[in-house]
Order: sequence, then C-alpha cells, then structure tokens
Amino acid sequence: MTSKTSKSTTLNRRSLIAGGAALAAAPFSFHTARAQEATIKIGFPVPLTGPYGAEAQDQVRAAEVAIAEFNAGGGLGGRKAELLVRDDKLNPGEAATRALELIENDKANFIVGSLSAAVQLAINNVTKQRGVIFNSISQSDAINEVADFSKYTFHEALTPHMTAGAVGRYAFSKFGKKVAFLTADYAYGHEMVRGFQEAGKGMGVEVLGDIRHPIGATDFSTLLPRLQSMKPDILVINNFGRDQQIALKQATDFGLKKTTKIVVPIMLFTGRQAAGLAAFDGVIGGTSYYWGVEDQLPSAKSFNDQFRKMHGGRVPSDYGAMGYAGVRTVLQAVKNAGTAETDKVITALEALKYDYYKGPQYFRKCDHQSVQSVMIIECKTKDMRNEADVFQVVASEAPNEANLRSCEALGHKA
Amino acid sequence: MAGLTLDLIGMQLFAGVALGAVYVLLAIGLSLIFGMLTVVNFAHGAFYMLGAYVGLWLMAHGGNFWLCLVLVPLVVGGIGLAVERVLIRPLYGRGIDYPLLLTFGLSYIIVELVRITFGKAGFPFDTPEVLQGAVDIGVGYFPLYRLFVIGATAVILFGLWLFLERTSFGLIIRAGARDPLIVRVLGVNVSRVWLIVFGMGTAIAAFAGLLAAPLQGVIPEMGGTILAEAFVVTVVGGMGSLLGAVLAGILVGVVVSMTSLFAPEMAKVAIFALMALVLLIRPQGFFGRAGLMS
Repeated sequence: MTSKTSKSTTLNRRSLIAGGAALAAAPFSFHTARAQEATIKIGFPVPLTGPYGAEAQDQVRAAEVAIAEFNAGGGLGGRKAELLVRDDKLNPGEAATRALELIENDKANFIVGSLSAAVQLAINNVTKQRGVIFNSISQSDAINEVADFSKYTFHEALTPHMTAGAVGRYAFSKFGKKVAFLTADYAYGHEMVRGFQEAGKGMGVEVLGDIRHPIGATDFSTLLPRLQSMKPDILVINNFGRDQQIALKQATDFGLKKTTKIVVPIMLFTGRQAAGLAAFDGVIGGTSYYWGVEDQLPSAKSFNDQFRKMHGGRVPSDYGAMGYAGVRTVLQAVKNAGTAETDKVITALEALKYDYYKGPQYFRKCDHQSVQSVMIIECKTKDMRNEADVFQVVASEAPNEANLRSCEALGHKA
Repeated sequence: MAGLTLDLIGMQLFAGVALGAVYVLLAIGLSLIFGMLTVVNFAHGAFYMLGAYVGLWLMAHGGNFWLCLVLVPLVVGGIGLAVERVLIRPLYGRGIDYPLLLTFGLSYIIVELVRITFGKAGFPFDTPEVLQGAVDIGVGYFPLYRLFVIGATAVILFGLWLFLERTSFGLIIRAGARDPLIVRVLGVNVSRVWLIVFGMGTAIAAFAGLLAAPLQGVIPEMGGTILAEAFVVTVVGGMGSLLGAVLAGILVGVVVSMTSLFAPEMAKVAIFALMALVLLIRPQGFFGRAGLMS
C-alpha cells in the first residue's frame, strides 16, 4: 500500500514537472517560430581571426550600418533584418561548415561575406548547392567563371583583373617596364599576377621574376635580396592584410625603395593605419574605395557619416565599405522585390542600378559582377586633415565593362 | 640560375643567420628547461608572444626600447617563476606527459587572455629610430636592425655561457642536470635550481619575442608557428644541449634562407626535411644524450 502511494506521487511529480516544462517551453517556441518568419537573416562569414582580421572586423562594422539603415527604414513591411556574423578563420573548410550551419541551423536567408579569393569559392560551393544567394565582398576572378558561377552567385567586390588592370596601366606607363613580383601563393596572388601581365601586354612590359610566399608569412628577409638583385623598375607586391604590412615594412628596411617603385594591387587603409607611414610611403596601389572621396561624392559622404555615427567617429575602410554595399544591395533587392524569396530577389538584384558609397554600380547580367570604378591611391605625406586622412586619389578608372573580362572569356554564353 | 652572384649568396647567408638568431634564443630556453627539468614546455611560444606584448605595453606607457630589453625579460621571467612554482612543481616525478599537457593548456589560456586584453587584431611595433635603415655590409645593403638582432643574441649567449661555466650557481645547474639525486644528497636545494632555470628560460623567450616584434609586428598567435620551428631546432641540436641549440638554430635559419633563394615555396618544408635527415643519421640530434626522454 505504502509503496503504491509513493509510486503514484512520483508519477504525479514527474508529470507535473513535464507539464510545467511544456508550459514554459510553449510560448518560447511559438515566439522563435514567429521570429524566424519575421526577421530576414543575413549570414556573414568573415576571417575575424588570422592575418586578415583587421579588415574582416571592419567589414562587420560596415555591414551593421546597412542592417541598421534597413531596420530604421521600417524593414520589409515591418520585417527586420539581422546579421549573423561567423568567424571563418580564413580556412575554406571552416567557411564551408559555417555557411552550411548558417543555412541549415540558423535558417539564414542570404549569405554575404568572405575575405579571400580562395575561401569565397568554398562558401559559393555551399550556397550554390543549397540555392541560397551569396554576395561575395572579396576579390576573385574565378567566382565569375562559368565553372564556379551560378545564378545565386553575386560579386560586389572588384576582381583582380579589374584592380591589377587599372593599377598596371597606371604604373607601367609612369614608372618603367621592368617588373618583378612578390606574390602570396594562392588564388588572390595568382589572379593579380595574371591581371598585371594582361595589362602589360602591348605596353612592352618585361617580367623579371615572380617569387611566391605562403599566406600568413612573417618574414620576407630571405626573398628580398633576390628581388633586389633583379634590379626591377617596379616591384609588385601581391599580398594582403598583415602579409602586406610586413612585406612593405621589411622591403623598406632592406632599402628597396631607393632603387625601385613599389606597387600593390590593393593598398589597404587598415594596413596603412596599423603599420604607419614609413612602410607605405611612396607605394602606389589600387583600391575600391577611399573615404576621402566624400568631398566629391554625396553618396560617400552620407555612408561615411552614418558609419561615423554608429562607430564612434571612425571612418570606414575600403573592405569595410564593401561589407556595407554587399549587405545593402541584397536588402534593397528584398525591398524592391517585396519579398525575401530567392528567385525574386535575384531578379531584383539583376535590375539594380545603385550608388551607395562610391558612385554608380550595377551587376553585369552574365556573371553578376558589380561594374564599378577603381581608384589609384598613394600615401599623403603632408596636409593631412586628421589621423584617417592617409591617402590621396591620384587617378580613377570609371565603371566600364571593357575593363572586365568578357562574358565569353569567362565561359558564359554572351 | 641567372643573376646568382656571390654577393647575393652572401646576403642570403646574413639573412639566414639573422633569422636563425631568433630560433637560437627560443630553442636555448626550451633546451635549458628540458635538459634540467625534463619538462617539454609547450607554453614557450606563449611566453615569446608575451614578451612582445609586455614590450608593447611598456612602450605605450612611456618606456623606450632599450628599457624594454631589460624590463621585458624580468617581467615575463617573473611570470615564469610563478608558473613553475604554482603549476609545474606539483607535477615533478609524474612522467613527462603531465607537464607537457599542462603547458599546452597554459599556452591556450595565455593566448586567449592576451586576445581579451589587447584584442585580436595585433599591433605594429616600430623599429627603434637609431636602428632604422640599411647599412652596406660589403655584399649589399642589409637592415641595421637585423644586425642588431644577431649582436643581441650573441651577447645573451655569451652571458649565459659565463653564468653556467664561471659561477658556482652555474656549476650547481650543470650538476643538477647530470644527476639531481646526488646534488640533493649533497645538500643542494634542487627545487630552487629548477625554479630559476624555468624563470631564465621564459625570460630568454620573452627577450626573443621582443626582438622579433619590430621585424613582423605583434599578434596573439605569433608564438604558434615559431614554437614548432623552435622544437625542430631543439630536436636537431639534441634535446637538452645548449651548444646543439645554437648550432642547429643558425643552421635552420641558413637552410631556410638558402632554400628561399632557389625554391621559395620549399623553404618551410626544408626545415622539416632537415630534421628528418638529421634524425635518420643521428637519432639523438647533434649533441643530444640518448635516453633523456625515457
């Protein structure tokens, strides 16, 4: 008898706990289900740790500006947007896993991000299979080629062909025809070298050598004497992030600048700020954006001001600005389409003509490459208005499809 | 190969020796600690990184580089003393894997603490003004700072040699390495010797980190790759051998440099190829004592 009573109380207690738990869980699960319906989620995998960390963190800051702007404007009929930032550690495997998790577990509607010519292909591979729009904000030539491209693939960033082309055409005509390369040994570096070589065709450019180094290198002292002994007019340093800072600093230490003009395809704002003037002084480089153009461009001014307001007065970097444009184009397309449905957003993105921060841009139909300007910059050594006033724009190539690889060359049918 | 001149080979040699100097400093601390304490110190790279960050902090708070060269080893060496006393000492006599795992975990904690305190992004580290620029060394222009790194390493090595060979404490250290039991029977406090050896090892690692900072800047992960390379140097030189660490450090630097000249993409692999080769011919390394690990 006693045992029976005790058993029933246990049962009662147990069912009570279970019932309570169910009660407690019910409103919560209801809430999350509604939230999933309501928010537009943008997955944002970028290499927060590693040699490109500084640039990636600024991409996050700028993407936050685009999200805040969309939400302040009422979102999509009240549906707000949310940024889901993930660290891809500059590793293709890691990035693919994060992208897959974002799509499967977090139910991300779109993926924007990546900062590596190689890593973005891994993400693109996932989004392509899952039928999710991916807007890449990092340079790559391969992503537009027919083998990697899909209708879900968009490329907000410049391509190495456009960047190296613009910088090459400028530098070869001004500083000489004998060129040596110091190149990060992965897709970015290889594509930049090809871009410079194609620009140099017909200009009588002679390539003296191309020395490769692994990504994330910390010492160039064993490579610089060889480059010096080639006696080039121009040394093109094709690397990125911390690699670029260290290479420029050590090249300066070795006295290379005395005899040779140093040229980089992308001269990073974050790098110049971190490494100081000495390393970057006298170097010529390309960029997708420099905040200082706000004097001429109202869209730049308005973007910079919003960024300053949200981030304690600092100004956006080149790669940061692409994070902004990458997210904003997708959200604007959502607004124009009136839905977050993938196919309709693709159509809206293809129709988009936009000027969000650097003048007019649009996605070319065949490969979804953003047609846009390329700026050539050098370091300011005097008349700086403030700490962030580090570059001056010495030339600019206007948006022009002729500077892109042709649709046929990429393998697309016209 | 076109353009291959004696001058260029000379430059590569210098670059290799400068590169090797940092390896030597790291490996000598590793070797010292292993030789005396039989502790495989996986936190050595973290102490190296800590040296750079303490230097950075001191510079931001009014210190100069020369002061840092003195203060950084003292501060980080002090941390090393605390680590030995509190964490490692209870593990003596328990087998080689206990302190190995402990220091491995410790390295993660130190790196994460630095990330939390200083941020993930890393900082540039200016070369001291008087050491900027390049000087003509006869075969070409070589950065003055890298010559300074070679010189500073030589000074540390000479000081260490004097300490070990010419002081009575050094005598105890050498005796303690050979037979700790007999030294203890003679009434010497061996645990104090081990404490100081660990402190010295970490201090030299911190010094190396500070020297490396103006070459490549400062990031929380800077101790990771170089630790692997320093272990290679220690193994090639012979675990526990100081002379071995010095010779192997310079050799590894020169091998990297010379490989870079002909096949830059093979430079990192060359380090490990060298290790494999040495271990095949001489499993205990250049000057290692066999059976130290058992």
